[in-house]
Amino acid sequence: MPDQLLFAMEVTLNGLMAGVMYALVALGFVLIFKASGIFNYAQGVMALFAAMTLVGIQKGQVPFAHLINAVFGTNIHYFGWELPAVLAILLTVVVMIGFAWLVNKLVLRHLVNQEPIILFMATIGLAYFLEGVADLMWGAEIKKLDVGLPQGLNAAIDEATFNLFGYGFFIDNLDIAATIIAAVLVAGLVIFSQYTKQGRALRAVADDHQAALSVGISLNFIWVLVWAIAGFVALVAGIMWGAKSGVQFSLSLIALKALPVLMLGGFTSIPGAIVGGLIIGMGEQLFEFLIGQPFLGGATQNWFAYVLALVFLVFRPQGLFGEKIIERV
Amino acid sequence: MLDLSPEGYVTEDGRKIGGVLMEMKNITLRFGGVTAIKDISFDIREGEIRAIIGPNGAGKSSMLNVISGFYVPQEGEVWFKGARRAQMKPYQVARQGIARTFQNIALFEGMSVLDNIMTGRLTHMKANIFDQAVWWGRAQVEETENREKVERIIDFLEIQNIRKTPVGRLPYGLKKRVELARALAAEPMLLLLDEPMAGMNVEEKEDMSRFILDVNDEFGTTIALIEHDMGVVMDLSDRVVVMDYGKKIGDGTPDEVRANQDVIDAYLGVAHD
Repeated sequence: MPDQLLFAMEVTLNGLMAGVMYALVALGFVLIFKASGIFNYAQGVMALFAAMTLVGIQKGQVPFAHLINAVFGTNIHYFGWELPAVLAILLTVVVMIGFAWLVNKLVLRHLVNQEPIILFMATIGLAYFLEGVADLMWGAEIKKLDVGLPQGLNAAIDEATFNLFGYGFFIDNLDIAATIIAAVLVAGLVIFSQYTKQGRALRAVADDHQAALSVGISLNFIWVLVWAIAGFVALVAGIMWGAKSGVQFSLSLIALKALPVLMLGGFTSIPGAIVGGLIIGMGEQLFEFLIGQPFLGGATQNWFAYVLALVFLVFRPQGLFGEKIIERV
Repeated sequence: MLDLSPEGYVTEDGRKIGGVLMEMKNITLRFGGVTAIKDISFDIREGEIRAIIGPNGAGKSSMLNVISGFYVPQEGEVWFKGARRAQMKPYQVARQGIARTFQNIALFEGMSVLDNIMTGRLTHMKANIFDQAVWWGRAQVEETENREKVERIIDFLEIQNIRKTPVGRLPYGLKKRVELARALAAEPMLLLLDEPMAGMNVEEKEDMSRFILDVNDEFGTTIALIEHDMGVVMDLSDRVVVMDYGKKIGDGTPDEVRANQDVIDAYLGVAHD
């Protein structure tokens, strides 16, 4: 097989797996949008916050240490213990549930029945506030996240492809782990929404608020639930991206990577988020490889996803799987 | 005249009606400067089919929304099962055993007919999120029981052949019937129907009338309904409240109401001076 084709295959595979990461972030957006019609600008910052909290808890950091020391003149920074990764993840989940409850209690409850743009603005405020709180709580320095996920070249695939084609594919173990975890997560979400009482209530609220109320569903409960789930999805995304490139401010910008995925897949479709993520991930890598690097001087990943999404938007404004918008005249 | 003793009364066709299930006392509802309901009182008896009628804009739907908790009246008291009801959210009212349908149909369009009706059972499901994760079996047993009840309602309303169809694809008349099925699935003590026959053809209206009577007869469900089609209402209901411009202008059996001069004026449109 010619080398070019093998390279392209490798690039495609890597692109698909990068796409899984995009899909994970987009999924958080879709969940909240479907259930409450809110475009949650804070989803990226939630991933950052979750990852920072995870590292902080795992390393035994004292939350708000800087503040405490400044007020009381103490000098404490660490509790002096290190927690196992699983326990730290569980505690972070608890923190994210608490966060969901607080957001609903302090902000969203008071904005029921407001225009979507107002709710959107509220989430922008929330995003920057949460970012500040995260820095204050855990410190702004770049942190290393290690929950024991495998990393580096997958030797088995390298060897197998080398024996087959005479060229070893470079596939990162972390990407493989991310793909498996994302698949499990999505399967879990599908089972939850299709086969549990709360899942049915969630689908009901996503479909029609008034009808949901009339069958005895508390909208507040569902909103806390869906923000908690979105917080969990943000945690998973935060772990993956944090393990890859460290926990730092730029992690919150992965939200921007989710935008073209949403434009492509539609704001209300979970399969859309997944397929959209895969198309964007693969598309931008292939474009960079085939056209970007040879002809355009490279670094096309920054904008190509948006061009691709725009083209889709022109022909299918509702996204790949979004519900078709039919306005009766 | 009916003999409305506290214990109950007997209807013209010989059905026994019980004591007061729900009582509205001096309800006033305002939206900004507009008074939608003005000092209205009436009661709903156990086992009764009670209608609220009136011309468009009379405040009938507002009244139904007060009963179901969607609107909170500025003045007046709502009594349910002999106790004054505290201010409640609509979902809390639903959990108390009051189910409703909507004038413009509020169904879950993306879900199948069966799933829609199953949501009506939500208030009866006890398995919580942890049960469902840990005791999968218990949640399954409950699901099966609920499914059986829902299948009975599906048979009862003769919608077996569409049970797997997404609701969005159904014609209007069937949607109305599915909405009724969902409300029935909650096994409500009080069933509120907001214009159950609006927009239906004659045949569909006859079907719906039959279902309403059968529900009342077979399950003993108390029903309060709103209609502006006088003819249908008079045949169905035991007692009728008539509203006009937010005020109560008549209350009694269909015959009494029909003979009421204010009601005749309101419907024939006599000039108000």
